Amino acid sequence: MDWIFNTWPWYVSGLMIAFIMVFLILMGKNFGVSANLRTLCTMCGADKNCEFFRFNWKDQRWNLLFLAGAVMGGFIAYHFLTPDPAVHIDPQVVTDLQQMGFESAGNAYAPDRFFGTEAFTNPITLLILAIGGMLVGFGARYAGGCTSGHAISGLSDLQVPSLIAVIGFFIGGLIMVHVIFPLIF
Amino acid sequence: MKRFLVYIITGMVFGITMFKSEAASWFRIYEMFQFKSFHMYGIIGTAVIAGIIMVQIIKRKGVRSFKGEKITFNPKQMSIARYLLGGILFGLGWAITGACPGPMFTLLGAGFLPVIVVILGAIAGTYFYGLLRDKLPH
Repeated sequence: MDWIFNTWPWYVSGLMIAFIMVFLILMGKNFGVSANLRTLCTMCGADKNCEFFRFNWKDQRWNLLFLAGAVMGGFIAYHFLTPDPAVHIDPQVVTDLQQMGFESAGNAYAPDRFFGTEAFTNPITLLILAIGGMLVGFGARYAGGCTSGHAISGLSDLQVPSLIAVIGFFIGGLIMVHVIFPLIF
Repeated sequence: MKRFLVYIITGMVFGITMFKSEAASWFRIYEMFQFKSFHMYGIIGTAVIAGIIMVQIIKRKGVRSFKGEKITFNPKQMSIARYLLGGILFGLGWAITGACPGPMFTLLGAGFLPVIVVILGAIAGTYFYGLLRDKLPH
């Protein structure tokens, strides 16, 4: 049973993701998580003053259920399937991150600085998380999809627009990590 | 009711996969953008290769959905500005929060509560896009 409690290898994860995408296609749906963010806006009443949110959100109920499942999956995985949540990233990266103030690198699943309870009492951290989230939400809708919709579903269907979006994801990520991180950490 | 459960279980399998393969870990995303590990590239690469093969089979064999309906793939409208600019903004957010939309919710379930701020930000960002959509190059 060790295999299930340890880090799942990349090929297992990759195959599972592809199967999930194909299963949803065979259910007559499509794999795209960020569409839920739009649905949540509509459910909160964003359709009252904005055309973009006027659609029949009930057609997306299945996707909200999928999202609820993803939350439950996180609960199950963390509490029952992960005796040691430490993520063993490259030792050089651990050293670099610790020097940048991410002391929990190498010993935790996510940095305490961002995702531990201490984050709630640090206004700068809260601002970083909020702005980061906004960029993800804004960018995903502007690009018409996120990692699931473009990198997985779109590339699987050999869509050029998805390739452009994925190149964009990496340009943005590389700018953040190599240009902006050294300025703020 | 049965269909209801199918989507929840599919989502659960997705969440468990994201968490257990550490694709939901901020550290893995950082390491990926530093090109210091093959792990994340392996996950995305395997998913895409397996996905291409299965989508091609569905298309060429005319595989039908479980309900017997024809499966259609909608080609996305071509544009560069929209996908590149939107993609870059998404990438900036993905790298700093270490979470794309799926893993955000998986982290919430795992109890990393500050991710609530990221999720609320993402919902707000989606709303701002809706407001600004007509003024952006598409």
